[in-house]
Amino acid sequence: MGQIELKQVTKSFGDVQVIPPLDLTIKDGEFTVFVGPSGCGKSTLLRLIAGLEDITTGHIEIDGQDATDVVPARRGLAMVFQSYALYPHMTVRKNIAFPLKMAKMDQAEIDRRVDAAAQVLNLADYIDRRPGQLSGGQRQRVAIGRAIVREPAAFLFDEPLSNLDAALRVGMRMEISELHKKLATTMIYVTHDQVEAMTMADKIVVLQAGVIEQVGSPLELYRTPRNTFVAGFIGSPKMNLITGEEAAKHDAHTIGIRPEHIDVVESEGTWQGTVGVAEHLGSDTFFHIHNTGLADTLTVRAIGDISLTHGDTIHLSPRADEIHRFDAAGLRIG
Amino acid sequence: MARSVTTQRKTINTTIAWIIGLLIFFPILWTILTSFKTEAQAINDPPLFLFFDWTTENYATVMERSNYARFLWNSIVIAGGSTLLGIIIAVPAAWSMAFVPSKRTKDILLWMLSTKMLPAVGVLYPIYLLCIRLGVLDNRVALVIILMLINLPIIVWMLYTYFREIPGEILEAARMDGATLKEEILYVLTPMAIPGIASTLLLNFILAWNEAFWTLNLTAAQAAPLTAFIASYSSPEGLFYAKLSAASTMAIAPILILGWFSQKQLVRGLTFGAVK
Amino acid sequence: MATKASRSAARLMMAPAVILLLGWMLVPLTMTLWFSFRTYLPLRGGDQGWTGFDNYVRFVTSSSFWPAVSTTLIIVTGVLAITIALGVLLAILLDQPMWGQGVVRILVIAPFFVMPTVSALVWKNIFMDPTNGLFAHLWRFFGADPVSWLSNAATPSIILIVSWQWLPFATLILLTAIQSLDSEQLEAAEMDGASPLARFFYITLPHLSRAITIVLLIQTIFLLAIFAEIFVTTGGAFGTRTLSYLIFQRVLESQNIGLGSAGGVYAIILANIVAIFLMRIVGKNLDT
Repeated sequence: MGQIELKQVTKSFGDVQVIPPLDLTIKDGEFTVFVGPSGCGKSTLLRLIAGLEDITTGHIEIDGQDATDVVPARRGLAMVFQSYALYPHMTVRKNIAFPLKMAKMDQAEIDRRVDAAAQVLNLADYIDRRPGQLSGGQRQRVAIGRAIVREPAAFLFDEPLSNLDAALRVGMRMEISELHKKLATTMIYVTHDQVEAMTMADKIVVLQAGVIEQVGSPLELYRTPRNTFVAGFIGSPKMNLITGEEAAKHDAHTIGIRPEHIDVVESEGTWQGTVGVAEHLGSDTFFHIHNTGLADTLTVRAIGDISLTHGDTIHLSPRADEIHRFDAAGLRIG
Repeated sequence: MARSVTTQRKTINTTIAWIIGLLIFFPILWTILTSFKTEAQAINDPPLFLFFDWTTENYATVMERSNYARFLWNSIVIAGGSTLLGIIIAVPAAWSMAFVPSKRTKDILLWMLSTKMLPAVGVLYPIYLLCIRLGVLDNRVALVIILMLINLPIIVWMLYTYFREIPGEILEAARMDGATLKEEILYVLTPMAIPGIASTLLLNFILAWNEAFWTLNLTAAQAAPLTAFIASYSSPEGLFYAKLSAASTMAIAPILILGWFSQKQLVRGLTFGAVK
Repeated sequence: MATKASRSAARLMMAPAVILLLGWMLVPLTMTLWFSFRTYLPLRGGDQGWTGFDNYVRFVTSSSFWPAVSTTLIIVTGVLAITIALGVLLAILLDQPMWGQGVVRILVIAPFFVMPTVSALVWKNIFMDPTNGLFAHLWRFFGADPVSWLSNAATPSIILIVSWQWLPFATLILLTAIQSLDSEQLEAAEMDGASPLARFFYITLPHLSRAITIVLLIQTIFLLAIFAEIFVTTGGAFGTRTLSYLIFQRVLESQNIGLGSAGGVYAIILANIVAIFLMRIVGKNLDT
């Protein structure tokens, strides 16, 4: 069980309100990702749920019980920190057993659960080492192990992969997703990386300046971003946003078109420009195009095997049914 | 990367450093040597360095004349007791300052340090009077408390500096893991801060051991520690160099030996946690 | 980064230390203030009532007051100057590669462990005694007349003794600070054509400023309170009477509590002036 509900929650530090009134429901078993640029309040929100910070006004309910004034230790949640926060003076085994020891569980049960967690996370080889002797990825696993043994109502992850190198990050991403499938426990995951959000989440919560911009599944956000902020934040490379005359043609203040929805054509395209930087990745080619008269730079994703380079003229044709329209306030039209 | 240095340069460094080191250490060395001479040899002109008749009779005389064991025990009780008591009171305070800082934290810390600047003589008589009224003049417990109060600001400051090196996330992790505040401090913070606490303990033990204002002014026969034991050798007995040296050696030896064994923590402690 | 619960726990856990120190400061301070306005001679009639500011006036107008203030300042600044200057040089020396660094370090630290009464007695008798002291032997060996150190050059002698005790502390803090200096910075400066002297003044010394501040603060705290060194060596004679010692004499030797307490109030004011001045510097330096 692990349904978490935030009702009219606000948070102020002194006179500065970092989270204006906010409502959010996280269903039991859901993998929810809070994503947004740094300083958007996503970590603060997670810490409010954890109880590491007090909410200023409003209520937090966990499984229907008011948890607003419950101390972190009693909320039944487990957290994996950005720095892993392992206890350096304890072995891996002791680290993982710590929450169980705090719960005054008997030793046999502690051993059983620690061994089970070690099994799941492949920790057996270094169970008697100390955190200082482990690599980043191993520490990450220990931190997750420490969280799962408690069988919490929900897991909270605070940018857990940001200290790992790129290759490890991809691997750990899969492991966490698999873990979620296996445990089917509610998980709340904070990241600034939209790729992590898209690949892992059942539900994404996009935040900016403490305000929820949109809540939805990854594909909902991709297909129907509610406003220009979400449109620009979700998807990689970023959606092209075009204002002015071209937008007016579509009865909009701003139109958006994703790089992958613009086709490169031989000639007679809707738009044309000169190639600035061409990034050849093999599988794909990303063109950054200037002099289109639309925006400073237009990003286009094309097939890998294309020979256009810097300075070449390029002809483009956007797919009409993939154009997103936004009004002057940045909100989606239609 | 440190660069390799020519052997010649290293030899010169070594020579100069050893000469200066021995020069600084010389008064202690000389005192120890003198303690093994006879009184006549002690004042011999020219001074005798190593070639004299080594004797331990001075130590025997000093032991005979005064109850060294009692002074030593008083020193241990007063220095040890005040340091332990100070740590017990300072750990929670330093936890608060390091992990729940507020706008006033720095002011409180500086205020605490400033109480150390109150000249002891300024309050000597009131304290003296209080001790008489409470019937605790020449009492070890009273000295334990007074020396604890004197060193408390330093203990809090040192622990605060060490605690600040510990990432707050680890304590939050403990909180999430269901630890109460007491368990958090006992099982997570304290073991992580052991090196810092050890340094604090050692340094304050030494400061308390060597404290010579309150221990001289508030003790007589019962509670007098080694500072008072040695003060009784000021003139005219001070003219008996060998006995004075023996008594001095006996007063400083415990600390020198302690310092020798715990050099690493001490070096760290001696910087009061203020310099890394 | 905290909750109401942890903030109230923090206040609670800070309370014992704060309350104890507040009591330790306020109770005797109030009593000292009280006595300072009274004629109080325990051996000659006891407490004889209010006397207004008489004690304060008498204390400052006494011929011993200003000499005591200047002696205090001379000793404190003298020791600070010597220990910091020598400390920097010694720290740089000990930072050089050499054999037996650990042992040299122990030798240099040793004086810090010697209790003040012992070091004062040893220096006074075994080294500075004009007939049998080691210095007297040395002077005679070179054909000079032995100096009566503690009567003819009493203040410099005391500065020497106290500096010997505190040099280890200054050296050690400065050594630790030097060791934390990134050697690439020095190498970059060398590449930029800076001479060893320029490197010292432009790189090493600025890097040490925080450590020097800390030496300054901690030593001043302890130096203002030196007592045993004077008590044992000169007993305040030959111009070595510091303000602290003068008050000590008024209280314990002449048993004039009122007068001594007024002096105590002056000393507290003086200490506070120094404290405010130092706390300003340290407060700035404490942030990092």
